[in-house]
Amino acid sequence: MKYIDEFRDGEVAKGLAEAIRAEADPTRRYHFMEFCGGHTHAISRYGVTDLLPDNVRMIHGPGCPVCVLPIGRVDQAIRLALEQGVTLCTYGDCLRVPASDSLSLMKAKAKGGDIRMVYSSADAVALAEKYPEKQVVFFAIGFETTTPPTAVAIKQAAALGLKNFSVLCCHVLTPSAIASILESPEVRQWGTVPLDGFIGPAHVSTIIGSRPYEFFAEEYRKPVVIAGFEPLDVMQAIRMLIRQVNEGRAEVENEFSRAVDRDGNKKAQQLVAEVFEMRKSFEWRGLNVLPYSALRIRSQFAEFDAEKRFPLDYQPVADHKACECGAILRGVKRPQDCKLFGTVCTPENAVGSCMVSSEGACAAHYTYGRYKDVVQ
Amino acid sequence: MTQTRKTYIRPLDIKHGQVDMAHGSGGRAMAQLIEELFAKYLGNEYLAQGDDGALLPAPGAGKLVMATDSHVVSPLFFPGGDIGCLSVHGTINDVAMMGATPLYLAAGFILEEGFPLADLARIVQSMAAASQEAGVPVVTGDTKVVERGKGDGVFITTTGVGVVAPGMELSGRGARPGDVVLVSGTLGDHGMAIMAERESLGFESPIVSDTAALHGLIAAMRASGAEIHVLRDPTRGGLATTLNEIAAQSGVGIMLQEKALPVQPAVHAACEFLGLDPLYVANEGKLVAICAAADGEKLLSAMRAHPLGAAAAIVGRVHEDAHHFVQMTTGFGGKRIVDWLSGEQLPRIC
Repeated sequence: MKYIDEFRDGEVAKGLAEAIRAEADPTRRYHFMEFCGGHTHAISRYGVTDLLPDNVRMIHGPGCPVCVLPIGRVDQAIRLALEQGVTLCTYGDCLRVPASDSLSLMKAKAKGGDIRMVYSSADAVALAEKYPEKQVVFFAIGFETTTPPTAVAIKQAAALGLKNFSVLCCHVLTPSAIASILESPEVRQWGTVPLDGFIGPAHVSTIIGSRPYEFFAEEYRKPVVIAGFEPLDVMQAIRMLIRQVNEGRAEVENEFSRAVDRDGNKKAQQLVAEVFEMRKSFEWRGLNVLPYSALRIRSQFAEFDAEKRFPLDYQPVADHKACECGAILRGVKRPQDCKLFGTVCTPENAVGSCMVSSEGACAAHYTYGRYKDVVQ
Repeated sequence: MTQTRKTYIRPLDIKHGQVDMAHGSGGRAMAQLIEELFAKYLGNEYLAQGDDGALLPAPGAGKLVMATDSHVVSPLFFPGGDIGCLSVHGTINDVAMMGATPLYLAAGFILEEGFPLADLARIVQSMAAASQEAGVPVVTGDTKVVERGKGDGVFITTTGVGVVAPGMELSGRGARPGDVVLVSGTLGDHGMAIMAERESLGFESPIVSDTAALHGLIAAMRASGAEIHVLRDPTRGGLATTLNEIAAQSGVGIMLQEKALPVQPAVHAACEFLGLDPLYVANEGKLVAICAAADGEKLLSAMRAHPLGAAAAIVGRVHEDAHHFVQMTTGFGGKRIVDWLSGEQLPRIC
């Protein structure tokens, strides 16, 4: 397929692998975190790590939207469907996230909840328009990529004067998650998670631009290379990171210049600012409660805020005791370090959220890479 | 089945009529539905016996193969086919993959109250056409009607019977290390046709289902004299799931070559768009064959010479592996597992 195959070319990959091998200093180790689940998926699916020298290790970061969704938020969505009888719409990935009482949205659907998978927020608005007698709630999750479409949906609902549409807003912010990793004691004080640089998000950066990462490069002296989601993008970004490390630079570089510039998509940013404002704090799965790390709906759009329309208090719920998703999301542990991995916790019966989405570190390793554990 | 005298009742209003509860009651209305719709289109000497079962000539030497398949596809009509022909092809293929020649089909219908008779007629006509083309008659059947809201229009269960000559039996246990893996054509066409229709994705050139009966192709493959060890149709769960089943049954590992996998550009694009993997998308007119390595090329030419195998390809090899992993050398040059499908394939978010 045109414009896709070019970025998956095995011959080019071989050349890049050789270049990486030549540039990587054999006397040192390189630890890079790919922030995004999209990168984690690409690395596992195309076997990128097989092409890297042994002293370059990729650490999977927390940028998988469903992986950082805390149980309490999924519980809210389930309660809306089962107790309030709303029609709950959400993206497909969300349906299998484990919640309290052995439930997930998919299991709640089997219990009679009206839960529907949609491809876009506009589908949820269309549903509300079609069924005026039903309360339709869009369970909005994701980083900056999915936030503008939710803003559009709310504005559209306002323009249509819909009285039966609202949004359970769980949108989170990428820079907050990166900051929390850089501030974590494992990175800052103890040095147990060696981090030499980041592969910056692809789609998120098309919205927010490359500017927000400059702070991390300057303040924490960590190189950031923004990369596309194709495997050659990832390889090229790794090469650029190795170069920065070798040359002692810590800058924001942009490998994904075909889609990302420094300022990002101003129109989308404006829309988001018009509809949303910062939450003072928000619980993340694995990263705990982070200040100013998520968005809520502004008061002038309060009628479309499911948290205001329905009685929904937020109850934090602790993860399964043995589940290492938190440590895995912070890069402290690898999926195969978790006792539950591949035994109790599998994609069929996910205990932790990292096993749910194919972008999650555990699911990616289980689905694509676990033969390596056997070989070792 | 019951016989009714036509003169007492008004003929079925196929154009405007709907299925009602009486059509499932076992009474006159049901007999009329059978006569004027099912028997009219699917009719043959065995069905005409009019009993609850069919009396069939017994096969000579060899063994019987029997397979059954329920069809609950939504939408009922899709580019390239409908639930009618699908229910005929699916079961014929299940019988044929065992190495058997399919002989007869039985069909059970669960109809929802209010379902338009015109749509039912279209479905039955399509079944009839598929069954005639395949030379496998529907010899007995059953009809039930459920209340409105308790079904999804039409569900069809078909059961097929076939005979396999002595020594020609096949099963999923036959793959041996060193064997080669072939597929008969492009992957994921049926599943993407359904998904595109269901989600009204509106691609410029619609993706067409590959639904087809494969026993003719299999006969041609057998005639080539190649030593075939396994045949399987990669339906639900796609090629990935089928190969995992075979690897587990045969106690072997399988290594695929991503570059060799045939996928239509439109299906590839649609999968990219939705974040799906064509390896997990359903096929209804494709088969996987595993044969002795020495016969790989011979079998490939036999498949390519048949219209249903024109895009056939050798896509992988069987090897020894105590873990029974299916793996793939990616076009990118890395290696990865091709795992069982877990749950349903759900689109990714970003």
